[in-house]
Amino acid sequence: MTEYAQQPKTLYDKLWQSHIVEMQDNGNGLIYIDRHIIHEVTSPQAFEGLRLAGRAVVHPESMLAVPDHNVPTDADRANIINPKDSQLQLDTLAENCKEFGIDYIPMLDDRQGIVHIVGPEQGFTLPGMTIVCGDSHTSTHGAFGALAFGIGTSEVEHVMATQTLILKAQKNMRIDVEGPLGRGVTAKDVALAVIGHIGTAGGTGHVIEFTGSAIRDLSMEGRMTLCNMSIEAGARSGLIAPDQVTYDYVMGRPKSPKGAAFEQAVAYWKSLPSDAGAVYDKEIFLRAEDITPQVTWGTSPENVLPITGNVPNPDDAPSKERKIALQRALDYMGLTAGTRLQDVPIERVFIGSCTNGRIEDIRDVAAVVKGRRVQEDVVAWVVPGSGLVKFQAEEEGLDKILIEAGFDWRAPGCSMCLAMNADKLAPHERCASTSNRNFEGRQGPKGRTHLMSPVMAAAAALTGRLTDVREL
Amino acid sequence: MDKFVKISAIAAPLPMANIDTDMIIPQKHLRTIKRTGLGIHAFSNIRYHDDGSEREDFVLNQPAYRKAEILITGENFGCGSSREHAPWALKDFGIKCIIAPSFADIFYGNCFKNGLLPIIMPQKVIDLLLDDAARGANAIITVDLEAQQISGPDGGMISFEVDPYRRHCLLNGLDDIGLTLQKKATIQAYEAKKKLSQPWLY
Repeated sequence: MTEYAQQPKTLYDKLWQSHIVEMQDNGNGLIYIDRHIIHEVTSPQAFEGLRLAGRAVVHPESMLAVPDHNVPTDADRANIINPKDSQLQLDTLAENCKEFGIDYIPMLDDRQGIVHIVGPEQGFTLPGMTIVCGDSHTSTHGAFGALAFGIGTSEVEHVMATQTLILKAQKNMRIDVEGPLGRGVTAKDVALAVIGHIGTAGGTGHVIEFTGSAIRDLSMEGRMTLCNMSIEAGARSGLIAPDQVTYDYVMGRPKSPKGAAFEQAVAYWKSLPSDAGAVYDKEIFLRAEDITPQVTWGTSPENVLPITGNVPNPDDAPSKERKIALQRALDYMGLTAGTRLQDVPIERVFIGSCTNGRIEDIRDVAAVVKGRRVQEDVVAWVVPGSGLVKFQAEEEGLDKILIEAGFDWRAPGCSMCLAMNADKLAPHERCASTSNRNFEGRQGPKGRTHLMSPVMAAAAALTGRLTDVREL
Repeated sequence: MDKFVKISAIAAPLPMANIDTDMIIPQKHLRTIKRTGLGIHAFSNIRYHDDGSEREDFVLNQPAYRKAEILITGENFGCGSSREHAPWALKDFGIKCIIAPSFADIFYGNCFKNGLLPIIMPQKVIDLLLDDAARGANAIITVDLEAQQISGPDGGMISFEVDPYRRHCLLNGLDDIGLTLQKKATIQAYEAKKKLSQPWLY
């Protein structure tokens, strides 16, 4: 045991080991969960399960509830009449939180927003924790050096009833990115380039720790963007070691520790980064200088290329199965092999989501579009990730810049990232989107999504086609 | 939870890689507070025309596969969203077992919580099973969780691996919340220690 304890550990090893309540004979760990975030879509059935079994929520104080997936994002949403089924989900969340004593931020509260933006903003997300939510993009919180991952509704119920989950240890994967990012290249481009490199199943069974100078140089917002998309690389969790950037972000937030407690916490957080000599099951090394602005062309996040590329030819696929899949993607996307990506016209622009709905993203977009106009016929939306992001942007006058350029400045929510409500593409509409998934139908039945960074989406809004922001 | 012990059933071939949970159950059907009744919406974007009529080219609409209980499919099945509505929809349709070269992690775990058995098999075995499945009702496939074996219509047999704890829960239809609650004292002891070492969390 002593020998085991002395081996160099990864950040993930430390997070895992410090949360083991009990190891079971079959190799599963009973793992303690520190924080649990819920929203209106994946929680109602869990509460129903508790009620049917006569069980309580064991630690309601460890939970935070925010409606986000299904809220309208119209500027005047206080007056919007929701479809009955959507409203029922919102009402059910409010009622469940009341019944079980859970901290609930309602839709019209200034702090409301996308769960993965609200958690960090409120200081609910801290390094060293385990954090779960019935949403796959819970990986976002790994940017703080917390073990954070999405779970299904049965596990939501399990955590509510027991404050634990039964889990198998994941393998360690390290993705190292060295050097400075080029002009017009952002954390989103790093995320997309990584997925292009390892594929959407490349991280399956692993936790990805991002290391290297390019990662350390990212702001907390950029780090969250990167960890957010770990799940698109197949990994339930992404991780970045906490450092001064992390502590500075966390300090002074409503739910973060204060004074001596904060100092005590920082001292602990400083013990979390991976030890020198820690062993990873898989390591990938990328150079930041090789990463250019990325854009997806197909129906999987791994269908990604530099903006300077051309739509690939299915005939070049390595296997018959791949060829069929590529052709299906091109047919769905309405694209022809060989077309220059920069010649692809777009009709819609969506800037927002838990991937890119933070203040830095909105600042980036405003900087690109300031004094310019959105191309005629392009419908361009900015959906801030939270009420506080919206408020901050308005304080800085960014909303005016965006509105003058022709953007629709909306209220916070998941909106057209998953298109659960009226915020969606019409069939065959093509969208430059800062969200995280380009699956068939993701932004609306038959809608066509091209994933990219906020500055790239801003550039596309100005020209009406996929555009290399570096050439604007 | 429903038990899964052994089934002998029709297998439907769906040889596509990266079938995501948005495809299994599109977002418009998530506006529910129930677990039930989602079978009719399973794969709805590729199963129905815009007018709601069935697409003949979708395998589960074909007469031979309407009663399929096994799905033979491609790699990275269930990628994307954590929505448990995906296994709920498959289960409600009548699917009890999914055999693929690989699964996305969250979906894979969600299956076991709902009495669904996901089985990982190498692509070459999948290719054989797809050939069997192509024969529709003429090719009944048996999946035996007790013996951890799949047997084909022509007598071929192959073993599969599954986590012993998950197998135990499936075979007995156990709700693992009940099992975990038996560890309440151990969990409370962990909490007490942690309150001392990391008081800022509380």
